[in-house]
Amino acid sequence: MANDNNAVKDNIIEVQHVYKSFKHVEAVVDVSLNVWRREVLFIFGPSGGGKSTLLRCINQLEKVNRGEIIVDGVRVTDPNVDLDALRADVGMVFQLFNLFPHLTALQNITLAQEKVRKRSREEATEIALQLLRRVGLPEKAHAYPRQLSGGQKQRIAIARALAMNPKIMLFDEPTSALDPEMIKEVLDVMLDLAREGMTMVVVSHEMGFARAAADRMVFLEGGRLVEDGTPEKIFSSPREERTKEFLSHVLV
Amino acid sequence: MESVAHPTVEGVARKEPGVIPWTTGLKQLPWWALLLLLLGVALVYAIATVPNYTDAFYFIVPGLKVTVLVSVVSFVISLVIGLVMGLGRISSNPIVYNIATFYVEVVRGIPMIVIIIYVAYVLVPVVVSATNGIGALILQTSWLSFLAGLGQSLTAMDIRNVDPLVRAIAGLSFGFGAYEAEIFRAGIQSIEHGQMEAARSLGMTYFQAMRHVILPQALRVILPPLGNDFIAMLKDSSLISVLAVRDLTQLGKLNRSRTFRTFETWNTVTYLYLSMTLLGSMGVKWLERKMKSGER
Repeated sequence: MANDNNAVKDNIIEVQHVYKSFKHVEAVVDVSLNVWRREVLFIFGPSGGGKSTLLRCINQLEKVNRGEIIVDGVRVTDPNVDLDALRADVGMVFQLFNLFPHLTALQNITLAQEKVRKRSREEATEIALQLLRRVGLPEKAHAYPRQLSGGQKQRIAIARALAMNPKIMLFDEPTSALDPEMIKEVLDVMLDLAREGMTMVVVSHEMGFARAAADRMVFLEGGRLVEDGTPEKIFSSPREERTKEFLSHVLV
Repeated sequence: MESVAHPTVEGVARKEPGVIPWTTGLKQLPWWALLLLLLGVALVYAIATVPNYTDAFYFIVPGLKVTVLVSVVSFVISLVIGLVMGLGRISSNPIVYNIATFYVEVVRGIPMIVIIIYVAYVLVPVVVSATNGIGALILQTSWLSFLAGLGQSLTAMDIRNVDPLVRAIAGLSFGFGAYEAEIFRAGIQSIEHGQMEAARSLGMTYFQAMRHVILPQALRVILPPLGNDFIAMLKDSSLISVLAVRDLTQLGKLNRSRTFRTFETWNTVTYLYLSMTLLGSMGVKWLERKMKSGER
């Protein structure tokens, strides 16, 4: 979408030969990948293919076994790096929303602003209300998560992440836990975000979103990067046989 | 559908002879509570009118204050110990984890009365002489001379001046801390992992996430068991009578040896404990219902 070729393509995320395994499962094997500033990168592939793990390595919710990850010039795989500062700059949206159930929608969005960004309550509230309007839920400011639908929860979760003014947004299967009729409202918010030029890394099965918004697609299987390319290229003439096969199953 | 046509076991039971219809309601009555109430009223009557009971009551009742005071103070301290050790039990730092686990496993494996005696007569004296040692060290070190006052007061601490009440509180806090630690640990672990991840992904530190996200949710889970432990504390505080602290139980012992009125003495002591614990468990039941109704 925001793939204007005039923009200088500097890397905001560099993933270099990253390995990550859990006990005896190799989740990510020798993956190297760059994300440009203002790019929308779409990661897809079969379940258990290492997509989420790779995403979680970027903000260091998972520590890598080998390899390096550089986010906005900071080597985040370095043990001495300030991970809290990194994470404040990298928004993350989870499959199961992970809203704080004891707080209202508004408080969900203001908490980290006050505690991490050290904004005043008034300023944080103002930003939160602005974001609630942006995700189309201004009337839900004082609702608790249990009073919201899945789609509404996920939009609040996106607003919560955006309130930190992140440089990058990571989406970990943001619509996989939603009823079909709620997927669109979440994807619409994400499409808006993409149009505004947010750097986004999206792990998802929503091929429609990829077609509409992705600048580049990456196919991961068995922890390995199989193929990457523009959506046009991937959808029309994928290079690898496995990509073709997977897409033939997904795109009915 | 078919079962309606056949007489069921239940149907037969309902027609059992000897049960008069209007008496079924009586089964529902909390007879045990009525009996208890009756006994309570009888005892209050006895205390008001029978001299031996009146005498026992007035001798024993000051112990109520000591029992409640010791229980409340020890409970608060045990909560602090419990929170720290509970966090230690889930720490990824192996040193912290092992220290916390050592404490919890050791303390929970020892009878409470032995812990109280051990803390009062072993640990407290060790702490006092260690404090004396630190004081002496300060006094001997020339560049610490500005701390001479502190050094003097530290060396002046005497084990014989440590009140049994203080030892009792130390023992109970130390003993109960291990149980509270496990309650805190279980409560924190009952909160799904995604909550911590979401908080950390927003840039919060571990302690900010604990303080603002995990603990407020965990508290809802652990308040009823903590309430139960406070009731247990009220009862187990009777063990400090071995240190000759004048709590309810100790005053009971003294009253018995003073008057040889065993019945009157222990009826009164039992009555006083029961009025506290039964009231307490009603409070915990109320708390449980309130926490359930407020669930997500």
